[in-house]
Amino acid sequence: MRFRYTPVAVFGIGVIAVQLLTVIADKTQFMTQLTMTGYYSLVIIGLCLLMGYAGQISLGHAGFFAIGGYVSAFLTTYDLTPYKGNSVVMFLSKTGMIAAAQDLYGGDSLVLHPWVAFIAAISITIVIAYVIGGPVLKLKGHYLAMATLGFGTIVYKIVLGTGFFGAADGLSDIPGFRILPGLEVSGKIGLRVQNYYIAWGLVVLGMLLLTNLIHSRVGRALRSIHSAEDAANAMGINTTSYKLKIFVLSAVFAAMGGVFLTHYNGGIGPSEASIMKSVRYVAIVAIGGMANLWGALCMGIILNFLSLRGYFGSYDDAIFGAILIVIMLFAPEGLLRREVFQSIKLRFSSGKISGDKEA
Amino acid sequence: MLEVHDLSKRFGGLQAVGNVSFSVTQGAIKALIGPNGAGKTTLFNLISGVMSPDSGAVRFCNAEINGLQPYQVAAKGMSRTFQHIRLFTHMTALENVMIGRHMHGRAGFLAGMLNLPWTSKEEKRLRERALEIMAFLGIADFADTEATSLAYGQQRILEIGRALACEPKLLLLDEPAAGLNMRETAEMAKLITRIRDTGVTILLVEHDMSLVMKISDEIVVLSYGQKIAEDRPLAIQKNTEVIRVYLGEDE
Repeated sequence: MRFRYTPVAVFGIGVIAVQLLTVIADKTQFMTQLTMTGYYSLVIIGLCLLMGYAGQISLGHAGFFAIGGYVSAFLTTYDLTPYKGNSVVMFLSKTGMIAAAQDLYGGDSLVLHPWVAFIAAISITIVIAYVIGGPVLKLKGHYLAMATLGFGTIVYKIVLGTGFFGAADGLSDIPGFRILPGLEVSGKIGLRVQNYYIAWGLVVLGMLLLTNLIHSRVGRALRSIHSAEDAANAMGINTTSYKLKIFVLSAVFAAMGGVFLTHYNGGIGPSEASIMKSVRYVAIVAIGGMANLWGALCMGIILNFLSLRGYFGSYDDAIFGAILIVIMLFAPEGLLRREVFQSIKLRFSSGKISGDKEA
Repeated sequence: MLEVHDLSKRFGGLQAVGNVSFSVTQGAIKALIGPNGAGKTTLFNLISGVMSPDSGAVRFCNAEINGLQPYQVAAKGMSRTFQHIRLFTHMTALENVMIGRHMHGRAGFLAGMLNLPWTSKEEKRLRERALEIMAFLGIADFADTEATSLAYGQQRILEIGRALACEPKLLLLDEPAAGLNMRETAEMAKLITRIRDTGVTILLVEHDMSLVMKISDEIVVLSYGQKIAEDRPLAIQKNTEVIRVYLGEDE
């Protein structure tokens, strides 16, 4: 209990420190990639909970990211002017859920407010995750991996082949997302610092919620499912329901990342839904130490940032493939395992016996 | 308390359990014995909801329970242990027992994520009761030890603790003495009797005859999926059919 919030607080301070560092070192151009990394980190921590704690793999998380991003992008750019007379549209505009916007050529258009689009995107993600997760989570191991891979492929092919999703070009000119007056998710150069803090504020909040969850009754139940599903079921845990709920929760985290990154970048393309993106997320969670939220977050930050800065060049996907092979061969439980931290902690605190139960 | 009616289960050409009926009265220790492959574990799985029977019925506390999922059966007040120990790895002994108390808490995803004030009180309550159960079984000292690094005998007891944490009316023990030495088996016999004395009815599958004969009130003997005898221990020892099944045909 005492120490649960310490890592979150340290992380929050780290976020501020990095921002100050970019100013001091005159590297404010890093801010863009750092912000994007924040949104990808939301996907990573959600997936880590699903894979590392509940023991269910998903090779389709880029699909959920893309669903969030595409739904929000579509709804905030689709011009509703031709439907002005429609009663639904009239209701929406009366309640302030439709905002006037300008299209590419300066003409007036009517589009949904980003908050409405956000809620729609998350709701659609929840519905899809329930519908897919229900049957698919009955599978285990390789079979679950293959089924979720199939889901990811479907999403990728749909966004790639659908005209109003922009086909291979994706959707662009997505307006900013004004969360609150004076707080806007967008790529405008003047809002760079603000957006850095929005992104990382969300990650801090996400970590807070998820660390709470893993230390709760539900977190314990999820770990028991990972370890021995039949025994967990015999102890009165509705394993089917728990697996489905954690799957939906992690899909929501992925979709949130998708929505915000799309508004930040001002666009989204089909590559966000590609299988290689899903593989990348799984590789990061694996190298981070599976059942270690902080490890997954750290590796996610480092690798996503390096990738976004272009350090891996055109071998980007190859690097993540290689990481997966090396990790599976030499450290299937990940590099930053809890045990590693505990042994380091023990070495430094030798002398006093540590009796803390909250790791 | 538990009534098994004409229960049958077939795997392909093998009749694993065929028309077995028996009942367990409240407060009793009842044992299921039989040679390997007699269908004892299958019968256990049918009763606890792991498998559903081809025909027949299981009634528990006057309600039909066949067709229910294991977690629903557990919620009705029946919990079990496993022949091959199924403790949760990467979790302490205490956490294992706390999983047994899962049903007695109600903090869900939202309450857990928000760490609502009442959830920590609930956690404290679950933890305290789990520790009480561990103390009752004499394993409280190992509360913070990783469950799977305990000695084998202690793991068996811990699994019973996890099942007891559900506060069952009926406890199913699948070979509680398997892999234990003679001294440990004698202690296990005492432990099972003590659990019964707290008001928990017990149904067990066991190979170790010293244990079964000592503690059981009644014994059901299975052979090739059929019930061949049901009686008190002394009568079972004299039953010619049982002797024939166990020792082979006598000329």
